[in-house]
Amino acid sequence: MEIVILVVVVVMLLSAVAVLCLRNFLAALAAMSVVSLGLSFLFVVVRAPDVAMTEAAIGAGLSGLLFALALRRLGLWRSQ
Amino acid sequence: MRRFTAALFLLGLGVMIAAIYQQMDFSHTTVNAGQLINAVAAQETGAANFVTSVVLAYRGIDTLLELTILFTAAMIGGMVLGRRSPDAPRDPDAGFILRTGADLLFPLLLVVGMYIILHGHLTPGGGFQGGVILAAAFFVPLLARPGSSIDQGVISIVEGLAGAAFIIIGLLAMLDGREFLTPLLDKGELGALISAGSLPLLYLAVGIKVGSELAGLLAHLADAEAVD
Amino acid sequence: MSMDIIDSNLILTIAAVGLMLIGIGGIVISNHLVRIIFGIALLEAGTNLLLLLSTYHPEASAPIIVDGNVPALMADPVPQALVLTAIVIGVGILALALSLAIRVQRAYGTLDMREVRLKLEQEISAEAGVEMPSSSHAPAGVPAAAVTAAVHRVTPS
Repeated sequence: MEIVILVVVVVMLLSAVAVLCLRNFLAALAAMSVVSLGLSFLFVVVRAPDVAMTEAAIGAGLSGLLFALALRRLGLWRSQ
Repeated sequence: MRRFTAALFLLGLGVMIAAIYQQMDFSHTTVNAGQLINAVAAQETGAANFVTSVVLAYRGIDTLLELTILFTAAMIGGMVLGRRSPDAPRDPDAGFILRTGADLLFPLLLVVGMYIILHGHLTPGGGFQGGVILAAAFFVPLLARPGSSIDQGVISIVEGLAGAAFIIIGLLAMLDGREFLTPLLDKGELGALISAGSLPLLYLAVGIKVGSELAGLLAHLADAEAVD
Repeated sequence: MSMDIIDSNLILTIAAVGLMLIGIGGIVISNHLVRIIFGIALLEAGTNLLLLLSTYHPEASAPIIVDGNVPALMADPVPQALVLTAIVIGVGILALALSLAIRVQRAYGTLDMREVRLKLEQEISAEAGVEMPSSSHAPAGVPAAAVTAAVHRVTPS
């Protein structure tokens, strides 16, 4: 179990750094969703299934959508 | 230079948090309130999910204020974005696959959202999670057909009614001589769908309010004019 | 948990504090408004995890009664409820921040905080009818537009 947690944490922290370093905003948004998904796994590990569900629906789903819409309006919507 | 000072600042902050953490023996303290709630919540509220008991029964006013904050944020977001000019270009319609997929997905998301809301007192889930799924359900058709839009008037009416329902359920307890937002009705059998008194009704109100609010916000954002 | 080589509590704490630090770093270092909002979201995620960890116990089970059998030790539901509300409020804040960013771009045509600050200062001094205060970034007598161009040349955003 600890190994799985360790892997998820490492992936999460690396993608958190990627959120701030990637030049492409769409890629940064995808990395942000990875952070949220890893976080919702960690919420399950700390025995908070309610919070995990909220994080998966809101953090990984809805705020990704919000960011995507906003990037579209801001003109930062480029795939390369 | 700026990056260096920022890195130094972060290092200091990290050391500070680590020091606080070591002093506090944070993770092994048992907070009494939680264990007390765990011991009595099943008898007092009749909900199998204790987080629901805390959110709606023990800290109901907290949830009401949180809904107020969400409402304020959504309203200010709408105000800041403003109305679109009538001659602004719209995105083209999506292709056949996305349109058909959206039509198929809409009822499915509606059912899942309602299921999660109505089972909030038995399983993980509840008004907030289900409300977000409802908002997504109403936004997916909008994504497929950018020309159509959700009627903001209907959304604000639904949202207002749901918010009013939450407060009225709270006030009914006061009519009975108890405190604001005390759970009402029969508690029923622990683990049955119709149990826990008024908590599922409160969660339904929360779910509809959150769903309509977020759907309105997403529609506003999708409606704002694109730059390029 | 028999395997005590790696403590899960320690890993989770490092994750929470690491997310917070990365988020604060993003807010402090970056100049782009959208990146700052990303930083706020990361900071919020780390704070939520830290709040939940405050009552984490490895042997506890989730605070839900399934089929009528009550577990001996259940996780504390109070921080869970707090984090639940915090996540929902977070998305409201995010939406508000993003709509403000859209508004800023409409008003100033840029999302770079340095340029926005410069234009704000120009606007204020034009409104007040006084000359631009000579800033520490610009040598005296250099027009603001030249400074912006120079800033851009040194650090492409």
